[in-house]
Amino acid sequence: MQGITSNLSLGASGFALGDMMVQLAFFIILLVLLKKFAWGPLMTMMKDREDYIANEIETAEKSREEAAMQQREAAEELKKTRADAQSIIEDARKIASQQERDIVESARNEAERIKVSARQEIEQERDKAVQVLKDQVASMSVMIASKVIEKELSEKDQQELINQYINEAGEER
Amino acid sequence: MNHEAPMWEDAFGIPWLDFNLSNLLMMFVASLIVFILGVAATRNMQRAPKGFQNFMEWLIDFIKGIIGSNMDWRTGRLFLPLGLTLFAYIFVSNMLGVVTNGVVGHDLWWKSPTADPGITLTLAVMVVVLTHYYGVKLRGGKEYRKGFVRPLPFLLPFKILEEFSNTLTLGLRLYGNIYAGEILITLLVGIASSSVLGFLGATIPMVAWMGFSTFIGFIQAFIFVMLTMVYMSHKVSEDH
Repeated sequence: MQGITSNLSLGASGFALGDMMVQLAFFIILLVLLKKFAWGPLMTMMKDREDYIANEIETAEKSREEAAMQQREAAEELKKTRADAQSIIEDARKIASQQERDIVESARNEAERIKVSARQEIEQERDKAVQVLKDQVASMSVMIASKVIEKELSEKDQQELINQYINEAGEER
Repeated sequence: MNHEAPMWEDAFGIPWLDFNLSNLLMMFVASLIVFILGVAATRNMQRAPKGFQNFMEWLIDFIKGIIGSNMDWRTGRLFLPLGLTLFAYIFVSNMLGVVTNGVVGHDLWWKSPTADPGITLTLAVMVVVLTHYYGVKLRGGKEYRKGFVRPLPFLLPFKILEEFSNTLTLGLRLYGNIYAGEILITLLVGIASSSVLGFLGATIPMVAWMGFSTFIGFIQAFIFVMLTMVYMSHKVSEDH
């Protein structure tokens, strides 16, 4: 028990006024120094970070909005372009079918024209051939007649006679 | 085993001026440690905090929380450095006595400075005086005086008494806890150093008690700061 009771006087000194004054001074000095060298800079830094983060969030929000807007614009642009392409194709198709019709039309006209001129040519050729034939037949028949009949006959009478025959022959046909 | 304080009585020939040199030493050591820690943590600060800076910022948030639970932050901001310094100083002081007690000859030199009633009461008086100072400064003398007769005038004597009891309990609570812790540690050390059997028997309680003392040291520092802010809010807040 002796040890315990003696230990209970552990550093006990009562109130020492000097200690109190020194403690007060120490604490105030510590407070001032720490405020200047530790808490001040630290709190400034924390405030700085707070501002920085708030700023960053704001920036992120802004750029996100911007991106969304751009995306909307791009989608709109794409839609417009697609519509444009559609209309261009439509126009081209229309023009093509128009041209097709024109070409066919003009080809048909051309063919018609060629046919008509061919027919005319044929007609002419036939007339010509008939004329030649007439002439030949006339002269031949004159020759034959003069040889066979030996009858003096003027060429004019002969021609008349042949024409008559030929016409008769043409009607018979 | 009879530990005395290394007193320097009647310093400079002034009869009422006594110094406990051990207290002076430990106050200086505690202040130095707190200062070095504070400065070390805030060198090389970065916006993205690392290591020690993180811890210090946690400490600031912790004290902010204590202040925020007592008053609104607009006025409470003023007391953040005070709360931080009080907490750091008291916690480090408490820990100094837990880690080790140093005896030179018959004098106890190394201990917690907070294991001395004079020192804890000095801190308590300082806090209470500060509450009155800020009470007058932030709310004006008239409101400050009215605070003593609220809600009923006959409470005036109790209110005045409360100021003294607050001071006493604030200081003596801290002192009592830390002093008791140190006494038990000293007793356990005494048993452990007396014999082999005593060493074996005292080791486990010693470890347990040191752990508990660390806890107590933290809790007491927390309570001291918490009560400081409670008293402060009584004086500076509008809604009391």
